[in-house]
This record gives sequence, structure tokens and C-alpha cells, in this order.
Amino acid sequence: MSDYLLEVNDLHVQYNTDDSVVHALNGLNLRLKEGEKLGLVGETGAGKTTLALSILRLLPKVGQIVSGSIKYKGEELLDKNEAYMLGLRGRRVSMIFQDPMTSLNPVKTVGNQILEVLNLHFPDLSKDEKEKKVDEMLQLVGIPASRKGEFPHQFSGGMKQRVVIAMALIAEPELLLADEPTTALDVTIQAQIMALMGQLKEKFNSAVLLITHDLGVVAEFCDTVSVIYAGRVVEHGAVEDIFMGNENHPYTKGLIGCIPDLSKDEDRLHPIPGSMVDARSIPEGCAFADRCPHCMDICRKIIPEEHVNGTHSVFCHLYDAIKEGEK
Amino acid sequence: MRKKKTLSEYSTGELVLYRFRKNKLAMLGVAMFLFVALFILFAPLIRPYDTVVKQNIADRLQGPSSEYIFGTDELGRDLFSRILYGGRISLFCSLAIIAIAFVSGALIGGAAGFFGGKVDTVLMRIVDMLMSVPSALLAMAIITALGNGVWKLVLALAIGQIPRFARMVRSSVITLRNMEYVEAARCFGISSMKIMLKHILPNGIGPIVVSATLTLGAVILSISSMGYLGLGVASPTPEWGTIISENKVNIQYYPYLGIIPGICIMLTVMSVNFIGDGLRDAFDPKSKN
Repeated sequence: MSDYLLEVNDLHVQYNTDDSVVHALNGLNLRLKEGEKLGLVGETGAGKTTLALSILRLLPKVGQIVSGSIKYKGEELLDKNEAYMLGLRGRRVSMIFQDPMTSLNPVKTVGNQILEVLNLHFPDLSKDEKEKKVDEMLQLVGIPASRKGEFPHQFSGGMKQRVVIAMALIAEPELLLADEPTTALDVTIQAQIMALMGQLKEKFNSAVLLITHDLGVVAEFCDTVSVIYAGRVVEHGAVEDIFMGNENHPYTKGLIGCIPDLSKDEDRLHPIPGSMVDARSIPEGCAFADRCPHCMDICRKIIPEEHVNGTHSVFCHLYDAIKEGEK
Repeated sequence: MRKKKTLSEYSTGELVLYRFRKNKLAMLGVAMFLFVALFILFAPLIRPYDTVVKQNIADRLQGPSSEYIFGTDELGRDLFSRILYGGRISLFCSLAIIAIAFVSGALIGGAAGFFGGKVDTVLMRIVDMLMSVPSALLAMAIITALGNGVWKLVLALAIGQIPRFARMVRSSVITLRNMEYVEAARCFGISSMKIMLKHILPNGIGPIVVSATLTLGAVILSISSMGYLGLGVASPTPEWGTIISENKVNIQYYPYLGIIPGICIMLTVMSVNFIGDGLRDAFDPKSKN
């Protein structure tokens, strides 16, 4: 039995299209302890959602897990059959989607949709027990149980996301994959939803993998953060290491630099120059090299090694240069 | 007093029924359909079968009267009896044709849309083959191969209708299977079969049901055109379309011979359309009621 709830090792995932191969994940490593809140941060196209779908083994047909391993409680998920995965999805690992407007079935009442998950994973409960659980769950997410007979279109966006959270948590999963759960919501509702997720996470003691590009949400919610770029983790550490540490990956610095700072009198933001690397042709060496202000010759040739400093690890040649210099 | 159920205590199916019953036009459709269907069903209690074929030349081309409610035709046969018994073929055969075409079309189209890839290609090319032959010609070929008979006629016409349903179901399944809630359902561990039945079917069925009911009129007419060609049902066996076509020379001077069977066809098609429309609304939770 390993110490980790979820262990992703050197995961390579690609999408095979007719005329090209898109390398979505290129040797991604991830560790998640039980009850931990890990934030997965990266730009659009960095492979965040691909990772979540790989864990559930629900990649679209063109997606292919090339190599690597995904261990859940020490068991290799990539070797399991579909029947095992059906029992895992929703019961032990649940997912919350980005857009609550479209992730509920429009022709079923919200109560019935939550009930369906219960029926599936707890068929032995009596009808009354199930109904009671649905009512309790709705109350927990802040929806009066009397509204369970209503349809999704009768709810607002924030309320729908609450329903989605209720569906995801009704089976009390050990791991919750939250794929940009607040992106489609406005800021006040975002704060409510994150607070709600925090409370429920404590109650059910689930681990959370929060996929987002919103650093504010990560700083508020998560214990640890992994920053990914072009399908690889470039920096991993506790929240303090990332936001308050000084040996950051240039990419992380760039991301943080994109947040407007109201305490300074500046006219312009500092975006990261260039755009996400083309996943059809991942360059040799560090994928961030082209956009990096500190790019060196070695960056274009060799993928940087991990530099560990306590709980903090960075994958960047900048720090081996500094260390070499110290010697 | 019986406790009134709150909405949440209904299952999805009960809710559909509940919304359907609240739709006045749909209930009118049901009433009209039952009116026609009951007459046809209990035809032997109303008129003996003899009167359908018994020719009474002395009373030929009589207008509606107390003796002959709907009048008589060129050969002095009672039009009312002919319509009663003719409805058996028109109504029940056309419903059977629609049912067969609907179910097999839905299965083919559903499988093709849901599984995609090779399954889709193989099934849809077969459907294309059926589609490339004009449906009347196809039906004629099938009847010629199988021989005359009511059930063979049903089969022949049903096969001709399969492609449209298969195409329609396939396209709506393809749209729906990419919806996020279907993906979400997968993430909750729901199996493909259940997703198909519980998430895709209820979302896609509305327009298909309406289209099925609209096809009914066309099917009644195609039964009669087959009859006109001497395939399937032939005179003197009555059938609504056949009744119109055998009386067409007299319609100019004796219009009731065309109007009365025409009204029967219209009533039936209209009632089924109302029912279909009501079903479509009932399947859609957003419809106001």
C-alpha cells in the first residue's frame, strides 16, 4: 500500500488525428495524498483536462495513453477493465465539470439525477433511505430539498453548480476531480462555490484535484500546487512555496506576473510573451524555452532535472546554473 | 382527502404523462383517435361484414340517408360499412407500419450514432441502399417477391420508411452524445446502455415522435396507392384510400363519396398529429403548463 491516494508517473497521452499527433501529456508526474487539496495550474491547452479524463479512463476515442502509470491507492488503473472503472467512477473518484449549464440533463429533475448516482453505486439502500440522502445532500449544498422536483432550467448557474457538486459528492468519493468548477460563474458565486467545496471536502474528507487557471482560487483553496506546461509539471510545491518562494520557475513567475497588482501604480500588465507551444511538435529540451526571458542554450537541448528544496521542486536549468555558480 | 403528490415524487415517466394529460389539444387528439378506433374495432357489432361487399344495384349512388348513413357507391354498396371495415386496414396497418419503421429505425440509427466508426459506416451504407430506391418501387419489389397479403404489405411499406427514421435518430444521437451531461454521466460511472436509455433517448425522442405521427398520413395514402396498383389490398376489400380511388369517376357529381372517406383519413391523421405534438411537449420539461 503506497502512501499516496493518487500517483501519476511519467504519463504520456496523445491525440491521434488524421494528419497529426497531438502530444497532450508528456511525462506528467503527480502525487496526491488522502485528503489533500492539490491545485493543477496551467494555461489553456496545457493538458489539465486530459489528465482528469485519463484518470477516469474516459479519453475520447482519438486519445491514447501511450505510456506511464496511474496508481490509485497503489492499484494500477491503466490495467483495470471497464467494469472496474464503472464502479470507480462516481463512487470513488468523481468529477465536477466546468460548465454547470450543460453538465445537467435538461429533461430530468435534479432530484432524479442525484438519485441516479445513488441507485448506481448503492443499490442496496431502501427507497426512503435514498430519498433521505438526496434531501440531506441538497441541504448540504444549500438548496432546499423541496426544489428537487425541479428541472435544471429552473435553476441559476450557481445553483446548478451546487447540484453538480451534490451529484459528485453523494457517493462520498475519496477523490474529487474539479475541472475549472468556477470558470463559468461570476466572482461572487465563485467564492461561494469554493467555500462550499471546502466545507464539503472537510465533511467527507475527500482529496481534491482542482484544475484551474485562476491563481487566486488556488492560493485560497489548495494545500499544494502543481504548475504544468505543455503536458509536464514544471513546478510543484506547497502553496507558500509557489506564491511566496523565491526560486520559482520562470513560467510560474510569468503566470503570477499576469495578475493585476492594485498596490502598484502600473499602467500595463505583464503578459507572458508568445503563446502556448504547439502540442503537435513539442520541442526538444524545455518546452517553455521559446517564451522564457532567461533562456539559455542548454534549455533547448535537455529537459531540465528536478531541483528539490524541501517541499518545493522546480524543473529549470536556471537553478542548476546558480548551483554550479555556487560551487 | 387524498394527499396531493408533489412534483418530486413523480418518476420521469409519470411526469411526462402528467404534462401530457394537461395538454388540451393532445387530449382532444386522444378522444378523436379513440372515437375513430372504437368504431373500427367494434365494426362487426355495428354492421355485418356482408354489407361491405353486398351489391345492391337498385340503391346505387344514393346520398346519405337514414338507411345508408354515408350513402352508397356506384355498385350500391353501403359506404358506412365499407369505411368501418376499411379502417381496419387503413388505421391498424398504418400504425403497424409506423411502429415497425420507428422501432427498427431507432435501433439502427441509435446504434450507428452511439457507437460511431465502423458500426456507423456499415449500418448507414445499408440504410443508404434502401434510401436510394424510391420507396414505392421498393415496396412493389418486396410485395412481388413475397406475394400478396396484408402483413406482407405492412412489411414492405415499413422497410421503405426505415431509412428516414434511422437517419433522423442517428443525427440526434450524434448531437446528444457529445453533450456535456452525457460525458458527466460517464464520469459518474453510468454504463453506455443506461446513458443511451436514460439520457439520450428522453432528450432526442420529441421531434422523432412528431415526425412519426406526421408520416402516418403519407403511409395511409401509400397503402391505398399500393392497392390501386393491385398490390397488397385490392378491391373489393375496402380500405380508405382504395375507397376514394374506386369512386373517383363519380366524385364530381356525388362528392360525398370522396369527402367522407377523406374526412376519415383527415380525422385520424389530425388526431395522431395532436397526440404526437402533445408527446413532444410532454417530453420537454421547459414547455409551460
